[in-house]
Amino acid sequence: MSAAPDHTPTMAALGLAEKLGRAMPLLLVPLLILIGIPAVGNTSSWLTLTVSGLAMGMMIFIMASGLTLVFGLMDVINFGHGAFISVGAFVGISTLAALGSWSGAPSLVLNLAAVLAAAIAAMAVTGALGWGFERVIVKPVYGAHLKQILVTVGGLIVIEQLIAVIWGPEEIFLTRPESLKGAITFAGAALEKYRLLAVGVGLVLFVAMRLVFRRTKIGLIVRAGVENGEMVEALGYRLRRVFIGTFIAGSALAGLGGVMWGLYEEVITAGMGEEMMILVFIVVIIGGLGSVEGAFIGALLVGLLQNYVAYVEPKAALVSNIGLMTAILMWRPQGMMPVVKAK
Amino acid sequence: MIARLLSGDRPGSRILSLIVIAIFLCLALAPFLFPGVRSLETAARIAIFIVLAASYDLLLGYTGIVSFAHTVFFGMGAYGVGLATQQMGRGFPALATGALAGAVAAAVLAFVIALFSLRVRAIFFAMITLAVASAVAVLVSQLSSITGGEDGFTFQIPRELGPALRLGEVMGVDVSGKTLNYYLVFTSCLILFLLMLRIVNSPFGRTLQAIRENDFRAEAIGYRVVWYRTVATCLSAGIAALAGSLFAIWLRYVGPETTLSFEIMLDLLLMVVIGGMGTIWGAAIGATLLVLAQTYLQDLMSGASEATAAVPILARLLDPDRWLLWLGVLFILSVYFFPTGIVGRLRGR
Repeated sequence: MSAAPDHTPTMAALGLAEKLGRAMPLLLVPLLILIGIPAVGNTSSWLTLTVSGLAMGMMIFIMASGLTLVFGLMDVINFGHGAFISVGAFVGISTLAALGSWSGAPSLVLNLAAVLAAAIAAMAVTGALGWGFERVIVKPVYGAHLKQILVTVGGLIVIEQLIAVIWGPEEIFLTRPESLKGAITFAGAALEKYRLLAVGVGLVLFVAMRLVFRRTKIGLIVRAGVENGEMVEALGYRLRRVFIGTFIAGSALAGLGGVMWGLYEEVITAGMGEEMMILVFIVVIIGGLGSVEGAFIGALLVGLLQNYVAYVEPKAALVSNIGLMTAILMWRPQGMMPVVKAK
Repeated sequence: MIARLLSGDRPGSRILSLIVIAIFLCLALAPFLFPGVRSLETAARIAIFIVLAASYDLLLGYTGIVSFAHTVFFGMGAYGVGLATQQMGRGFPALATGALAGAVAAAVLAFVIALFSLRVRAIFFAMITLAVASAVAVLVSQLSSITGGEDGFTFQIPRELGPALRLGEVMGVDVSGKTLNYYLVFTSCLILFLLMLRIVNSPFGRTLQAIRENDFRAEAIGYRVVWYRTVATCLSAGIAALAGSLFAIWLRYVGPETTLSFEIMLDLLLMVVIGGMGTIWGAAIGATLLVLAQTYLQDLMSGASEATAAVPILARLLDPDRWLLWLGVLFILSVYFFPTGIVGRLRGR
């Protein structure tokens, strides 16, 4: 018997640089917030801007999460996602208007009930619309990116025009429910109540989504499907059903994002979804296509940066997003947290 | 001789050849056949949009990349001419410098975008160009001291191209500088069109088609896919910018509405898809059809809308402002049922 070859496995811990490199995407958000302090120059404005940046980021994340998952699962790129944002906003705001006595009353409970009803109505309609959209528009063009882009752009136009037919072509101005108007003062900074609510809703949704993905079986199937769909199907799961479910959920979330964005801006137009899609795409690209966590970080970065830049140098605000995207793509061409595809 | 001019790429079917010849003759003789201001306007628009749609087809149909920034390149050419004339004063050198500078700038911008998106995934390109297009539109409206903002600005073109110059009568039609201007546009468009036919029928064009069909395989055979896609993007951007310059010279005006708007982007998509992706001829037919429809269909729709005013929803659906709705429906249907467009149908593929 010859002796076993001299071989001593070592278990070296990762070096600091490598650890830092892995955690970098997570660290970017606090880093940006810290850089914000000297850039803005005064603490109370900084606090206000940070809250509004986070609120904006959360809303963009809500809109973007569905898109990134749909892409991850079925390689479907849906340019029509913006239509759900618009439809959600219009349905939600109409519901809110119909519940005028609730949202006009000075009671927090009634106000929140009205907003909740609007959100549920919007999500129900956009979820159903998403189901139809998947059936009619997306299904015939599986596996062909070029056609997917063309057809979903067509769908976006048609839905936007239908909104104009139903609700009229003019923009609709609205007011928030009574108890969500105004701001509270904290450490000398005025924080709008509605933005705090938006941050809260976004955080709850993100945590809930993470729990679903990490702790439930359906979450496991979705994550596995994103990584290697064929394998999941080989194990006997009907990925198509999972995909349709994800598509519907993603559309409903886009609708929710639309209502929230409408209340944030206090004006809705048929073209608002199209405008938001640009931010959503930037977020999805820098986060890494298919990654929910990446989209979350990306959305917060976009929201914060846009608010800081708009304060420091207003004209550079929209270009700042392109700059951010360029910088991140130079650093990580696949996005911050690309989903590793086993293909 | 004609086959050589067309780079051996004939329209390919008898009806198609007749249509192409008809379009060519109508455009070539437009000032004499249709001597109205509006019809000359339409003819020039058709000529320019044929080039623009063909340059877009170079990208969409031949290379298989979707871009939403094509109007940006178109606009760069237009603004190039406008700004050059503002700076250098009215004259032909200003027009040439502006057109050239616009084309070079467009190609450089296309190169940068391609560098960032194409090396990872071709679909990044669609999303990134959408973002860039919206950023440019915002930039143009904000830098109003240079670009005139939303209103744009008018500029003067050489006197020889304006209606003030009278050259007498030919066949009972007044020949003025405007006619010369039209022929400048027409000839330039014809040259650009033939140039594009040359490009797509060269070995380079064949390689593009191979990449469109199967990029993995093309790479395996030894073609550098990224390089080919990038060059195609730059070429297409440069030609779009030249078309933009011609449009600006013709209109004597540049503004975001005529060059940068998202609607023009949609029109382009429709022209290429309806005419037939992957053939330069398809772009020519699609552009002609769509410009004609735009000019005359809206009148028809307002008539239909008035006729159905009693039916509540139908009247709103037929409102001339809602014509994008019908174009959208048409667009989806043609992607599903006529993916090869009019040209593909007529060629019997």
